[in-house]
Amino acid sequence: MTDDVLMSVRGLKVHFPIRKGVLVDRVVGHVRAVDGVDLDIRRGQTYGLVGESGCGKSTLGRAMLRLVEPTDGTITFDGTDVRALKTEPMRLLRKRLQMVFQDPLASLDPRQSVESVLTEPLRTHGFPGKPADRVRELLDVVGLPANAAGRYPHEFSGGQRQRIGIARAIALNPDLIIADEPVSALDVSIQAQIVNLLEDLQEQLGLTYVVVAHDLAVVRHVSDTIGVMYLGSIVEESPSDDLYAEPLHPYTIALMSAIPIPDPVVEERRERILLTGDLPSPANIPPGCRFHTRCPFRQTTRCADEVPSLREIRPGRKVACHWSEEIVSGRIQAAASSHDPTATEVGAPV
Amino acid sequence: MSLGAAEAAITVAEDHGGGVWREAFKRLSRNPAAIIGAVLIALFLFVAIFADWLAPYTALAPDLKQIKGPGHIPGPTAEHWLGLDDQGRDLLSRIILGARQSLLVGVVSLLFGMIGGIILGLLAGGLGGWFDTGVMRLVDMMLAVPGLLFAIGIAAMLGEGLLAVMIAIGVVNVPVFARLLRGQMLAQREADYAMAAKSLGVKRRRVILGHVFPNSLTPVIVQGTLTLATAIIEAAGLAFLGLSGADPSIPEWGRMLAESQRHLAIAPQLVIAPGLAIVLAALGFTLLGESLREALDPKYRR
Repeated sequence: MTDDVLMSVRGLKVHFPIRKGVLVDRVVGHVRAVDGVDLDIRRGQTYGLVGESGCGKSTLGRAMLRLVEPTDGTITFDGTDVRALKTEPMRLLRKRLQMVFQDPLASLDPRQSVESVLTEPLRTHGFPGKPADRVRELLDVVGLPANAAGRYPHEFSGGQRQRIGIARAIALNPDLIIADEPVSALDVSIQAQIVNLLEDLQEQLGLTYVVVAHDLAVVRHVSDTIGVMYLGSIVEESPSDDLYAEPLHPYTIALMSAIPIPDPVVEERRERILLTGDLPSPANIPPGCRFHTRCPFRQTTRCADEVPSLREIRPGRKVACHWSEEIVSGRIQAAASSHDPTATEVGAPV
Repeated sequence: MSLGAAEAAITVAEDHGGGVWREAFKRLSRNPAAIIGAVLIALFLFVAIFADWLAPYTALAPDLKQIKGPGHIPGPTAEHWLGLDDQGRDLLSRIILGARQSLLVGVVSLLFGMIGGIILGLLAGGLGGWFDTGVMRLVDMMLAVPGLLFAIGIAAMLGEGLLAVMIAIGVVNVPVFARLLRGQMLAQREADYAMAAKSLGVKRRRVILGHVFPNSLTPVIVQGTLTLATAIIEAAGLAFLGLSGADPSIPEWGRMLAESQRHLAIAPQLVIAPGLAIVLAALGFTLLGESLREALDPKYRR
């Protein structure tokens, strides 16, 4: 793995104030959507962010582009301190940082024709050559017919709309694209096409991706490195194959145990680890390890009162758990929780 | 890319659609309420525009020879389809000429209200912050006063004149449009396409004016159609109360109602005719407005 880091995030926090009051707004607490995240996004690679709904992964993706203003932390992109930039330099930097959205229809202005959608970035930042030529080129690259230019978003299918969204994102030859659940709104039959398109474009254009998703299969397929998020923070970060081969964090272990195995004999013996209770509110994150309230491996010491740091326990593998080594070696066993009526299986992909 | 071509080959629908409005018109043309509304409006506009040619009696000066003594009001005859009023003027001609007056007051006051409301709503929804709070509290105060009472107050303050009436009715409608547009813009600002434009590096002003504002206008236009109906009623109401502002020789439906109410017992047609004219004109705009709202509402789409 090269050390060519394109974007580096340190201690990133996004806290949304909870306000109350009729005449005067009082801040009564904070929703800690993203609560201290460190990331290194390497050039030309794909970083996958996974986690349950509401774990803050989408907010993190948006905060990295300052579409949601972070509360604290630093973002360094290609040597530039992104958070220090004023409005205009930030606006100019945006041509190197692009985003693909989850809902392709909602992310396209219903009153804009495809041509207008694709020329908007060109007009905003300037682009050599005739815009019409570039539009035709972009449509071709994403696999849409040239006559799509004069049509409106509602005339296309979901997959075609996402192609338009992707064409818009690559219009200015960006360096980094953050794809927020790029396929989760699409039919399963279309998902593979969009995933393949993203991979082809990465190869052709030398793009770097951050792919946010809750579908473990999609993330595994596209990612080089995967970060697992729980309640606003990264609990495990590993090269993709290692993570699936041997998850280290109890939360990841539970996630992986929920994936059905396409072999009836093995599937029959698949041991599922069920998590007890609901996901705590990000307005009220448990002290100590944020996962200790649901952890099947919880220990009486440290877990409830000491925040585990994200530490590298093997080369390239980071985990935020006090007891990882013991859990992996089998010295600590999961508590039998299957009799608990509140037990829920997490994040089982469809 | 080969997989991509497969999906793209399933070409999009052949007709070259023009977006939301074209679809809305398709649905409107199938809705009987919309058609009745459109017919009523067309009739009203036609009568108002060609009033001078349509009115059978151009001379609106009182013809007292027709009045055969006090309290005698001639009813409908072959020459005068709706009869004459208490001063011997042809009622049908007065209704026809009154249409023009109602349309003029309705449209001009609507424009005042819409322009004022759109400017305030755009600034409040676009700028946000203390300006938004200030404008919205002002709007709340204006909405707290009953519309007609508010209009009477403004008309009385501005003094005599048709313009005063138009401004009064316009001002009453400003908060309705301001609040509607502001709320719509706040919702649209959170839409993904607004964030997409921001992520492209489009300037904030352009995001607001080029994307958020045009996408927030639809309900304002629908409301405009509905408000035209209430503006016509409010204009008649003001005229009924003696605040018509116009030259007394020009017929005005609301004033005709007021002048003829003392003859209600002997000549009810004098009250019914202008009353019905007001109702039909207002009904036309209400029917079309409501149908338009339905046609543009995504929830009703099939």
